[in-house]
Amino acid sequence: MGTSLIKTDALVKIRNMSFCRGKRVIFDDVSLDIPRGKVVGIMGPSGTGKTTLLRLIGGQLKPTSGTIEMDGNVIHRLSRRDLYKVRKNMGLLFQTSALFTNLTVYENVAFPLREHTQLSESMIRDLVLMKLQAVGLRGARDLMPSHLSGGMSRRVALARAIALDPTLIMYDEPFTGQDPISMGILVKLIRHLNDALGMTSIVVSHDVPETASIADYIYVISGGKVVGQGTPEYLQQDENPYVKQFIHGLPDGVVPFHYPAVDFGQDMLGEAS
Amino acid sequence: MKNVRSIGRLGVDVFSEVGAASQFLFRTLCRMPRFKKSFPLLVYEIFSVGVLSLPIIMVSGIFIGMVVGLQGYNILVKFSASEELGQLVALSVVRELGPVVTALLFAGRAGSALTAEIGLMKTTEQLSSMEMMGVDPLWRIISPRFWASFISMPILTLIFCAVAIVGGYLVGVAWLGVDSGAFWSNMNASVDFHVDVMNGLTKSVVFGMIIAWIAVYQGHATVPTAEGVGRATTRTVVYSSLAVLGLDFVLTVVMMGGW
Repeated sequence: MGTSLIKTDALVKIRNMSFCRGKRVIFDDVSLDIPRGKVVGIMGPSGTGKTTLLRLIGGQLKPTSGTIEMDGNVIHRLSRRDLYKVRKNMGLLFQTSALFTNLTVYENVAFPLREHTQLSESMIRDLVLMKLQAVGLRGARDLMPSHLSGGMSRRVALARAIALDPTLIMYDEPFTGQDPISMGILVKLIRHLNDALGMTSIVVSHDVPETASIADYIYVISGGKVVGQGTPEYLQQDENPYVKQFIHGLPDGVVPFHYPAVDFGQDMLGEAS
Repeated sequence: MKNVRSIGRLGVDVFSEVGAASQFLFRTLCRMPRFKKSFPLLVYEIFSVGVLSLPIIMVSGIFIGMVVGLQGYNILVKFSASEELGQLVALSVVRELGPVVTALLFAGRAGSALTAEIGLMKTTEQLSSMEMMGVDPLWRIISPRFWASFISMPILTLIFCAVAIVGGYLVGVAWLGVDSGAFWSNMNASVDFHVDVMNGLTKSVVFGMIIAWIAVYQGHATVPTAEGVGRATTRTVVYSSLAVLGLDFVLTVVMMGGW
């Protein structure tokens, strides 16, 4: 089932990880591997905690039980200082782009370099222009974030996320709310940057065709569990009813069309309460 | 029974809020400033918190001084004591009006802006993304703003007092004809640097810390929605004003026993 890929060296290892928010169980005994140098898609319907998974890997949340390891470091057991050190090797692209609104595009990309390195101004300039060139926005460097379109600000955020050449980059719903052109650009960029910079990418998304077109491996998550995994081609053929419904976008199936309710006829006859 | 329970709940809520805020203050104070990088940030924040508050502080100062001068003159003149106007204006401004009014204006002008700014940064995930870049927002965002408010408040208070005394002088001497020499020499004789000026300054330092603390904490603890930012901003102004007025009484009782 295409698991051979997973046997290669894993950059992120999640073992028997559970995470609860109050009484709600978000993840229940999840184990998965993110192989080094690959683009891995994590898919699932809205509200299954895909973003939560990225925050767990980034150490902003702590799992209730189990371990999350990145490059040999157990994220949630690190001291604050070490965690911040590990985070320099991670980039997270937020769904909202989360650009600093008081800084220009140039300064946004320069921000991590200024904070973490002692590079000279000319060196920073070179690096920033290189990163902006990579996302095709070198000409937009003097704009403020409020003047960018959604797709452009996501690309600036991407340039900022790769400013320190991280080993791992995580994309939180990169395709949501994009027009077809910027969607195409992002799809191309994710794959291209991954291969050109030798990074490992995690793409959290529910856009099946886009993710399938660039991912080497896909995990399908639902109800706090991994319900399906494999290469995109393998998942197309998967007979698991849930995976089938999700991948092919069927309106009704194991996930019912209707939110649980009492019988329709009874409801109509019942008194308004 | 229900009422008792809700009182209990309120008590628990208040204490846990104060506890969280204290913890937050402690963590902010613990962030060691890296001088080379922190200093420009601090200067910038002092500019946006302090310098940009100057117009409102100065305009309010001059009007408060003028109104105290006018009211004071009309009362003093009945006792043929209008030369004492300088003393009246200076003491009331330096001891009470200066620190308190400056603090209230500062809470409205700078405190609310700080809360809204930090709250909006949280809402738009800017704080979160900074954290993910390995930059601690407490150090980069919160701490410079806290210290900038702390430093600006006493200076703004001094400016307020000076401007208010000029306002009193304008009304008393230039308009109502109090003798200029009597105005200044009576003021000079009655205002004691250690008792009056220093106590006023001490108040402003305490107020500065309280407002800075409330503002950055409310910003950081904002519920990340549009409504949440609005509520946090309101809370900053309300809590700061109440804290300033309450503490003013307490500080006055403690410090000025011997008049």
